[in-house]
Amino acid sequence: MTRARRELFTGLAMVSPWVVGTLVFFAGPAVVSAVLSLTDSTLLEPPVWVGAGNYVELAGDGLFWRCLRNTVVFAVASAAGSVVLSVALALLLEEPLRGRGWVRAVVFAPTLVPAVSACVTWTWLYNPEFGLVNTVARGVGLSGRDWLGDARLALPALIVMGLWTIGTSLLVATAALGGVPRSLYEAADLDGVSRWGRVRHVTLPLIAPAVLFNAVMGVIWGLQVFTPPQVMTRGGPADSTRTLAIYVYSSGFLHGRMGYASAMAWVQVVVAVLAALLLVRFGRRHGFSRGVA
Amino acid sequence: MTLGAWGTRARRAAVRAGLTLLLWGVGLTFLAPLLAMALISLRPEREATAGGFNVLPRLTGPGGEERSVAGVAYWADLAGAARENYVGAWESPVADFPRYFHNSAFVATMAVVGMVVSSCVVAYGFSRVRWPGRDALFGVVLLTLMVPPAVVVAPQYVLFKWLGWIGTSLPLWAPAWFGGAFGVFLLRQFFMTIPRELDEAARVDGATHVGVLLRVIVPMSAPVIAVVALVQFASVWNDFQGPLLFLNHQSQYTLAVGLQQFHQQHGGTPWNLVMAASVIVVAPVMLLYVLLRGTLTRGEVAGGVKE
Repeated sequence: MTRARRELFTGLAMVSPWVVGTLVFFAGPAVVSAVLSLTDSTLLEPPVWVGAGNYVELAGDGLFWRCLRNTVVFAVASAAGSVVLSVALALLLEEPLRGRGWVRAVVFAPTLVPAVSACVTWTWLYNPEFGLVNTVARGVGLSGRDWLGDARLALPALIVMGLWTIGTSLLVATAALGGVPRSLYEAADLDGVSRWGRVRHVTLPLIAPAVLFNAVMGVIWGLQVFTPPQVMTRGGPADSTRTLAIYVYSSGFLHGRMGYASAMAWVQVVVAVLAALLLVRFGRRHGFSRGVA
Repeated sequence: MTLGAWGTRARRAAVRAGLTLLLWGVGLTFLAPLLAMALISLRPEREATAGGFNVLPRLTGPGGEERSVAGVAYWADLAGAARENYVGAWESPVADFPRYFHNSAFVATMAVVGMVVSSCVVAYGFSRVRWPGRDALFGVVLLTLMVPPAVVVAPQYVLFKWLGWIGTSLPLWAPAWFGGAFGVFLLRQFFMTIPRELDEAARVDGATHVGVLLRVIVPMSAPVIAVVALVQFASVWNDFQGPLLFLNHQSQYTLAVGLQQFHQQHGGTPWNLVMAASVIVVAPVMLLYVLLRGTLTRGEVAGGVKE
């Protein structure tokens, strides 16, 4: 065997676990779900081909549209919130202020908290009678509210809770800030640019690719949201926090309609891909992706 | 002029004070939920739903008289209440936390070991071995990094059922033994920065690729491996959807599902017990993070590579 041949062999052998794993646990199931989405599979009886039937049913399913709307609102609002907050916080942490170390640590810590623990804790925080949120609200003269029990407030409450875990976005933003050459700041200072002008015209354009990355990942992950609405509100009140992932779970796993659930999962994928493409396109038009591969 | 300079300096100091205040406000806001969880896990049930800002609960003696924080009796009572909460949660008749803990530890260990071993081998194949098509295939790895696993849960269920894995812990850790996009990506990027002269020297001395990986690459990559291990541990330990879908008996539950069931069963009423259980779930991840922080931030390994 020639050396090049042997290297090819070794290389393929070494990456083969990932190739096999991806085919078996990811690509295979994706294909299977595409096929399932065209059947009335229940996993118990042999599936019957229904063609586009599940998709037609989805189009007329009011609950599905409700879930889709909730999911998109959640994803867009939490991605936007976490992008803005993480950049603002990263800028603030750049300043040589006292206490930067502990603030950085406590902002990152929630990203490691198991989602169920976070849900349990925030359920207490949002409690209308003794929760900390209402205690603070009453402290500043506002009236307390039933955050998770009010159909208009429950979804916003979950979005705010999601901002508690911006630690990873903050890491990305901080790393991008660290990559801005000092010399540019010095040049701006020589030109007499104000503090805000420096942020606006030097920092933000240069960290835009990282911001775009955060936005895309934020939306993609937001569209899959499952644990908080499932654990804290069970999709309620009045379906105001029911998301696509919950509906996939309830129709596929609780009611055994795997075909219908698969169709919905595919809609979820298409929405995620569309959202990502839209964001990247918007970024390109506004020069956000300059310097990204 | 002096007055002007003084004015600027005063303004700068004011801005700085304002920013510091803002920073501390942000810090406290992020800390509050964790602090609330910890504090409530330490107080008697009645005080868990008392509201207010008090960091220390109000405790009363046997005669109904209020205990003073300055007194020894207060702290003895407080320690007793805390102990009762943790023992109460751990030995709860409606949840088997020792077993959940054991299950979580087993699943997390298997997943971490599998992920680290496989991702190292795969990342080596993507960075140190030269073969045509390598970088194109790596592009696919990056692509899958963008796709969240939640998308394929339904068909994965079908697959695991077909494999006979439903009702066992295999679905939760076996896939990790095939490597993961995040781990492969991170390790490959780091391997690329290790000078080739090092492994070429080893190869001249007769080392195989596996030898180079074990003796040259892995020892130099300890901090990155620690990051991959921590992220994998946290994601498996924290996973709720996987165990919910793929397990079907309480004896197999992991802590995440166990805690959710415990919370649901109690309807959230004995908050002191629920929070104590929550702390038990959070503690190992936090502990690991604190222990690994040193390794993660230690620059000497990276520095040695650059020289």
